[in-house]
Amino acid sequence: MDKLLFRDIDEPGLNTLEIYERRGGYQALRDALKRRPDEVLDQLLASRLRGRGGAGFEMGKKASFLPKGTMDKYLVCNADESEPGTFKDRELMQKNPHQLIEGMIIAAYAAEVNRSFIYIRGEYAEQADILDAAIVEAERAGYLGDRILGSELTLSLVLHRGAGAYICGEETGLLDSLEGKRGNPRLKPPFPANQGLYQGPTLINNVETLSTVPAIVRMGGDAYAAIGVENSSGTKLVSISGHVRRPGNYEVVLGTSSRELIYDLAGGPPEDRGIKLWFPGGSSSPVLTADDLDLSYDFDTLAKAGSMLGSGAIIVVDDATPVVDVALKLAKFYRHESCGKCTPCREGTNWTVRMLERIDAGEATPMDLDIMASVQDQIIGHCLCVLGDAMAMPISSMVAKFRPEFEAHIEAARERHGLSAAILSAAVPQPALAR
Amino acid sequence: MTEVARFTHGSRIPGWDDAADLEKAPAGVPDPAITEVPAELREAIEAAMALYPDRRSAAIPALHAAQEHHGWCSPEAIEQVAAVMRVTPGELTAVATFYDMFETVPVGAHAVYVCTNISCSLHGADDLYEAMLAAAGDDAGFNVRSFECLGACDIAPMASVDGVYLGPLELADAERIVADVRAGRPPVPEKELVRRACADPGVTTASGPDAEA
Repeated sequence: MDKLLFRDIDEPGLNTLEIYERRGGYQALRDALKRRPDEVLDQLLASRLRGRGGAGFEMGKKASFLPKGTMDKYLVCNADESEPGTFKDRELMQKNPHQLIEGMIIAAYAAEVNRSFIYIRGEYAEQADILDAAIVEAERAGYLGDRILGSELTLSLVLHRGAGAYICGEETGLLDSLEGKRGNPRLKPPFPANQGLYQGPTLINNVETLSTVPAIVRMGGDAYAAIGVENSSGTKLVSISGHVRRPGNYEVVLGTSSRELIYDLAGGPPEDRGIKLWFPGGSSSPVLTADDLDLSYDFDTLAKAGSMLGSGAIIVVDDATPVVDVALKLAKFYRHESCGKCTPCREGTNWTVRMLERIDAGEATPMDLDIMASVQDQIIGHCLCVLGDAMAMPISSMVAKFRPEFEAHIEAARERHGLSAAILSAAVPQPALAR
Repeated sequence: MTEVARFTHGSRIPGWDDAADLEKAPAGVPDPAITEVPAELREAIEAAMALYPDRRSAAIPALHAAQEHHGWCSPEAIEQVAAVMRVTPGELTAVATFYDMFETVPVGAHAVYVCTNISCSLHGADDLYEAMLAAAGDDAGFNVRSFECLGACDIAPMASVDGVYLGPLELADAERIVADVRAGRPPVPEKELVRRACADPGVTTASGPDAEA
């Protein structure tokens, strides 16, 4: 398979305009500018490219939702890659920043946008410096600014560095953060396409999604749609990490078998170890087990299996790792990152951590698992954004799929701490009878 | 300037765990005529404000600049940013307390973020964090923190030292990192993320996939 996103990725100096242009860079932009914006938009629609950030909404459709007419409209690139296990955008921005910039200019032309921003997480300082340099190069070469390459398109691009908050990867949290506030998500609707940044129509796309745009223009939307499987067109960067021998980013055609990704590409778990569970799409996706390894890696198949493709980050956990440890690590992360705006998420993440700690401290009974599962049910769908759901879904799936292990962990911890069931029940104060 | 009550750590910022003092009158926009702002900081903040349709969008870049100048988001730093941006210190305090990279108490100059999220912890990140803490000891020049996923699970376990991603790290690297930083050298340069080649075996370039390895 020819690489689309990773074409020439390790070419030394690809991050400079000179090498990028020598490799055919900005040719797609020149071609796009020869057509009308709606013709370019038609190509994006025909490609059926689904958003690569996690939600998987079709990019062309999202762009078509922006109102027409002369007004300030915004394109925001979501480069706040913070989903645990995900590191694909980092490699794209670091090694091929111009591909992203070119994709943004074409997307801006198609959606008739005149101002654009890249919101990059503050921790990616090295990648931000590389992008800053690339933006200056693109401005000097006339790819950004007024009347780009003699066309009607005018576009500004500003790189905005965040300061460390997972919630700013949520699109409306990102918009608030970009407006200089705390990154609290907003109520939807109105959706950003109608009222986004500064209350103006806003198109928000992930780095990988926008980096794919030049390839779509180059090969045509229909040809792109022919790659992959139904409802999952194109190639996808998959970040594979955890207990595998060759962790890293791999560009694969959607619909490849998950086993091939984990074993053939990433080398599988270390010798003598098996796979206990794996997250198919970042830490927010419900876990799958070794029985699910033959699933085709695409949006629909993973959704049917009760999980999701998410950001395309596979985290492999081997059979020597206690599932309770994984659950506790996750729950602590979401507790830390909850913005605190909605009660079910703020309190639910906190209580989930406390209940998991009780398990480890030998103070829990199997009934706690049911209470914990019910807490998860009360988070899902009850908040402004899906941060709470992002904890609740994997935790629920772990309790459902590994309940015997949770129960054994509870028993073992109780014995370790010398708390037998009898002592526990005796220690519970009995309410005095009313006379 | 009105005297503002401080917390014991010197900040007016209570943080998440302490209640706000509701008796205290809220501070208004600082008077630009009497608030002294270092010239280079003012320049950085004004340059940031010019990039956005709304000047308030510059809050995070301005606080980054102030933190770089003052070492942390001190009350003075917040006051100066507020004066230049023409917003209240409260608005900036709300922002500074929300984001992990802003320090609301004085810290060491060298930021060492050890990722302790899931993929790194599967590779012993919690031990690495302990080793980093031990290596830095009571050296006030270091700010060793455990951090949520830094987006570099391919080099787990890893750390970001003054913004430079390093990994995969071994426990023994902790001592070396501290020594290198103290000596003003780039820490464990052979483990810098930017030197790594793409893991995908299908990637072909004119100079081969391992050209940079």
